Amino acid sequence: MGSYTYPKFNYVPPTDLMTQPPQRKPLVVIGAGPVGLAAAIDARLHGLDVLLFDEDDSVSVGSRAVCYAKRTLEVLDRLGVGQPLCEKGVSWNIGRTFLQDEEVYQFNLVPDPGHKRPGMINLQQYYLEEALIERALQLGVDIRWKCKAVGVRAEADHASVSLESPEGTFDVEADWLVVADGARSPMRRHLGLDIEGHVFKDRFLIADVVMKADFSAERRMWFDPAFHPGQSVLLHKQADNVWRVDFQLGWDADPEEERKPERVLPRLKTMFGDQDFELEWVSIYTFQCRRMKDFRHKRLLFVGDAAHQVSPFGARGANSGLQDTDGLMWKLALVMKGLAPDALLDSYDAERTYAADENILNSTRSTDFITPKSATSRMFRNAALELARHHPFARKLVNSGRLSVPSFVTHSVLNTPDTDAFQGDMLPGAPMDDAPMQRNGKDVWLVDQLGNHFQCLVFVDQVSQLDAGTLSALRAFEAGAISVQPLIISRHAGAIDGVTVLHDTQGLFAKRYDAQPGSVWLARPDQHVVARWRNFSNTAVQAALRRATANA
Amino acid sequence: MNPTLNLQPNFNESGKRYFRDFTPGDDFYEALIDTHRNLSDEQSALVNAKLILLLANHIGDMHVLREALRLARADVVTE
Repeated sequence: MGSYTYPKFNYVPPTDLMTQPPQRKPLVVIGAGPVGLAAAIDARLHGLDVLLFDEDDSVSVGSRAVCYAKRTLEVLDRLGVGQPLCEKGVSWNIGRTFLQDEEVYQFNLVPDPGHKRPGMINLQQYYLEEALIERALQLGVDIRWKCKAVGVRAEADHASVSLESPEGTFDVEADWLVVADGARSPMRRHLGLDIEGHVFKDRFLIADVVMKADFSAERRMWFDPAFHPGQSVLLHKQADNVWRVDFQLGWDADPEEERKPERVLPRLKTMFGDQDFELEWVSIYTFQCRRMKDFRHKRLLFVGDAAHQVSPFGARGANSGLQDTDGLMWKLALVMKGLAPDALLDSYDAERTYAADENILNSTRSTDFITPKSATSRMFRNAALELARHHPFARKLVNSGRLSVPSFVTHSVLNTPDTDAFQGDMLPGAPMDDAPMQRNGKDVWLVDQLGNHFQCLVFVDQVSQLDAGTLSALRAFEAGAISVQPLIISRHAGAIDGVTVLHDTQGLFAKRYDAQPGSVWLARPDQHVVARWRNFSNTAVQAALRRATANA
Repeated sequence: MNPTLNLQPNFNESGKRYFRDFTPGDDFYEALIDTHRNLSDEQSALVNAKLILLLANHIGDMHVLREALRLARADVVTE
């Protein structure tokens, strides 16, 4: 059986850490799932030493989180693993929705060309983890396998973690602790921290099926199909010809019975007919939508499923977890380097609890549509689906999952409110839209030119229009304690000594950002707009930078 | 010319800025389902009937209403 061989990572006895008194480390991450690994990689990109503990010595079993959204792929690109994952994964933009056996509606996630990454790729979670582990080791993350964090004390200026290893138990102290130990989070439970929300009364069966099928790589969602009457079914293609099927079972289903192959195989046979297939992995799940009240607890920073959980509709779990660390690690790096007060980390809590609420809202709405809880709710759902056959307005109401998209953190205290008039969505707090560019005559993508540092983008018609005063101010920013890299975006090709110039070859930057010659944007290290103006002002950029780093 | 029934997405809320095109419709749909929470099927049917009368009066235009009535009935019964 199986399309995948699980790697076993090298367990090194942590005897060097088993000292008395315990050692103090600057940064410790608990949990080597996708989110903990992303945190550790980002820490290394910011030059921080990081120690990562995981209770296991392999990757996660089963496909688990299979859909990685465009924004996540951009984050993975920044972390240096996007390309191989996109090559391995199955790209898709088209989603089809069926009522009974008739297609009623389809959507395209990226209707607008001129973006590096597709709307979504499907890839088994173990491939993502494998790639992240390889990258983490390459960057010098100190990963300790088979070390299970079982206890924690939150002190004012550090956290003290108790770990169990095959060599025995030991404690490690951390100036900062990133907690990525998953939905059941032993760390969160040990501290008795609240996580509130509600459980949905439904059960789903996941089956990973190896099959050479000639369906195209699109997402398919059925409401009430003949092969599974009265319930919903979701089909996704993953790498290695593995297909992921999610069957809604209802609340009364017996999970132990339903996972047995003799129950699963007939369901698949009615769905796939005479196709040859092999069952690779089966799991039954229920889900909750809930989040911690605060993602920060003294020196502990909760990320991913440990901090928030959503229903699976919309792929807002792993995707939002990776956006947590994307938003967190640059802030933590500035604080750890003494360049920002630790109040900056309160903005992590504010921005990511806002995003979690948005994810919970959207996935709850999808769940209510997909699994109606009353006859009336079911009637409205079916009415929307039937109207969707003919009428555009009803297609918008059909909610087969609002797929993960990044939040616009427009209310963040880090943003400098607009004083100049702009059109479009690239306002302070916006995740930055991509655009095709040229750099030194070579095709590049805007998102690949962004991130890891603050950046000051200046739009010009011709580089010669940039005056000497502005240029020297931009160069001074780069040399500042918190470096701000200049990025000149020009309508016409050009070059400036020692400064990156991007040529907006198709005018898509100008269109998407409502750029006019002279327009300026300050961009955060996580590729979000934090301020913008129609004209360059040295003092305005400096004030916005102070505000964006809680130094105001 | 008579006004026609709008079949394009049309939900919005003044003062609210939308970054995703599905959000205004989802806002409405959630409010609709919430209105029916904890009602019996019979109570829900009554709420729906009252809702239709309220909205129909607001629309007022008989040309538009006849078109909506026709489309709502289409496909439900085979004539």
